[in-house]
Amino acid sequence: MRSAFRPVTRRGLLTGTLGSAALLAAGGALAGCGTPAAQQTEEGCVSEDLSGSEKTLAFSNWPQYMDVDSDDESKRPSLDEFVSRTGIQVTYTEDINDNNEFFGKVQNQLAACQSTGRDIIVLTDWMAARMIRLGWIQKLDRSKLPNVEANLLPSLRNRPFDTENQYAVPWQSGLAGLAYNGRVTGEIRTVDELLTRPDLKGKVTALSEMRDTMGLLLMSNGHNPADFTAAQFDDALNKLKRAVDSGQIRRFTGNDYAPDLAKGDIAACVGWSGDIIQLGFEDERIKFVVPDSGVMLWSDNMLVPNQASHKANAEELINHYYDPAVAAQLAAYVNYICPVQGAQAELEKIDPELAANPLIFPDEAMLAKSRVFMALDEQQEREYEGKFQQVIGA
Amino acid sequence: MSALAHLPTGSRQPASPPKAARSERYRLLPYLLLLPGAAWLFLFFVVPLVQLAAASLYDPTGSLSTGYVLTWAFGNYPAAVQAYWPQFARSFAYAGIALLLALLMGYPLAYAIAQRAGRWKNLLLVCVIAPMFTSFLVRTLAWKTILSDNGWLVGLLRDVHLLGPDGRLLATPIAVVLGLTYNFLPFLVLPLYASLERLDHRLLEASSDLYASPLKTFRRVTLPLSMPGLIAGTLLFFIPATGDYINAELLGTPNEYMIGNVIDSAFLVRLDYPQGAALSFLLMSAILAVVFGYLRRAGTREVL
Repeated sequence: MRSAFRPVTRRGLLTGTLGSAALLAAGGALAGCGTPAAQQTEEGCVSEDLSGSEKTLAFSNWPQYMDVDSDDESKRPSLDEFVSRTGIQVTYTEDINDNNEFFGKVQNQLAACQSTGRDIIVLTDWMAARMIRLGWIQKLDRSKLPNVEANLLPSLRNRPFDTENQYAVPWQSGLAGLAYNGRVTGEIRTVDELLTRPDLKGKVTALSEMRDTMGLLLMSNGHNPADFTAAQFDDALNKLKRAVDSGQIRRFTGNDYAPDLAKGDIAACVGWSGDIIQLGFEDERIKFVVPDSGVMLWSDNMLVPNQASHKANAEELINHYYDPAVAAQLAAYVNYICPVQGAQAELEKIDPELAANPLIFPDEAMLAKSRVFMALDEQQEREYEGKFQQVIGA
Repeated sequence: MSALAHLPTGSRQPASPPKAARSERYRLLPYLLLLPGAAWLFLFFVVPLVQLAAASLYDPTGSLSTGYVLTWAFGNYPAAVQAYWPQFARSFAYAGIALLLALLMGYPLAYAIAQRAGRWKNLLLVCVIAPMFTSFLVRTLAWKTILSDNGWLVGLLRDVHLLGPDGRLLATPIAVVLGLTYNFLPFLVLPLYASLERLDHRLLEASSDLYASPLKTFRRVTLPLSMPGLIAGTLLFFIPATGDYINAELLGTPNEYMIGNVIDSAFLVRLDYPQGAALSFLLMSAILAVVFGYLRRAGTREVL
């Protein structure tokens, strides 16, 4: 008898599948018509606050950004204190490793005005600025934040992306400046030295964080990163490009420059103060340098995203961390710049040496040299980031 | 192909139910069996692919806050090529060189394990697979230590003057190609091993009985018989190696960045979705073209 159907060969099947997939693709593409706008407004995306009935709080933070008990790693003294004082149960998750990755993780929910399941997130200035611009962040009630009002460092108030201090409260701040390993090279003082000194050739890294690297370069040209023109940016970028083309800069890094600097694979770099302090504990010849031309000041900010249903609880936690005693406890562990005035006096009681460290409590002179990068709109962000990425090779 | 093709032959046996109903049932059976796999492919391959195709044709002036509109902007493709063709070329060059190195190491290795290892066979196989038990990232980071400027390897190479006093391996194309070779080697070795293991000794003996030299035996008997494994292994190696970006990111510098790095930054850093999607599609079609060209030349129906 004749077979009921033609034998199906593997190749025939594959061709058929690919063909129908292509057809489907074409049809689907015809039907699809772009993505909706991600912009939200205060009126359009109203969040309900359930703090009155639910004593809970979901707090997402970066790894190693919270003090832990030296005897028991599962205990977090400053956070436990908050829980026992207020009775609010905190779910603390260390699930933010990278601003861009985290943005990718939550962007679909926030663009559609849905809950991310988080009440507080901690993001760096520029990412905070982007989310505020997109209308994804809830306004805080300043009357519930008396400690912030009283103790926030003046240089961190009225920042370009949050001029009225309504959305973002710094968790920790830090400096982006220069660093070098004294076992490999002599002292460096300026950005120009880093980019041109022959003995450093191929032993220099810079940060892939555009605002930190470009901010330092802009200042080395005598321009202000808080207020610059496109031509000034291009000037600074050309300077960076020359250093890349000549092989002076070996690569662009995130946090991963730290082990390389410690090993001596790189001699000098653009780096973050907190990392360099940590390295300095192990090897005193690794030093952080504040160039005379100026240094970048950045912060990681606590934000309450849309549809977070425990805003009042979140405000209570933010206020808790602006109590100088609590802030000192945290600063003693994380070694970044403490944004809380009065914490220095408190830290003197715990660890006088740390309290005297200008990279944790910068003095007036250093703060006067520090700048926060300009707030960019989406078009500028894409233009500048695009040009920068082209120079750093991606 | 055989499993499906032979199914209808079953209906030749004496049948109790009416013949028409039976053949009707058998006609549908292969498709029913295909259903779970096809549904999976549709949901997790075809749908995202359509999405990506649409995204690659979005109006490039769109933005997050205003949303993107599908305007059939085919100009995204030439623009993407113009901006990033060096990274494209580099991806194929690095993956190609790594593939050659892997073949030089992998073929003898697979042959030795399959034919000569005796009771060590299983142990050696485990040695090939064991590194895969740790994460890809950790393995690549380990290479950073091995190739470090102050490490023993660079020290040794400097002592024998293969590297200048300031020479380095890390942050050079050599490091990236080494990383690619190492990371994807098992994908080449395992299929090769599988086809070499089935090699019939009697054929080799027959070949030498017929006065073929060992080299000729290899060329005329061993190599053709291992072809399916060789082709499968080459593809399994080359496809992920071309799209890889971790090796370039960790072991290289911006001057070694491959197309994967660019796509990563287009989607995550620059938020240029149309360009990222266009680059992804270009990469996919370039790889498909290379693969089909290769298969046509190699001409094996067994593999595809």
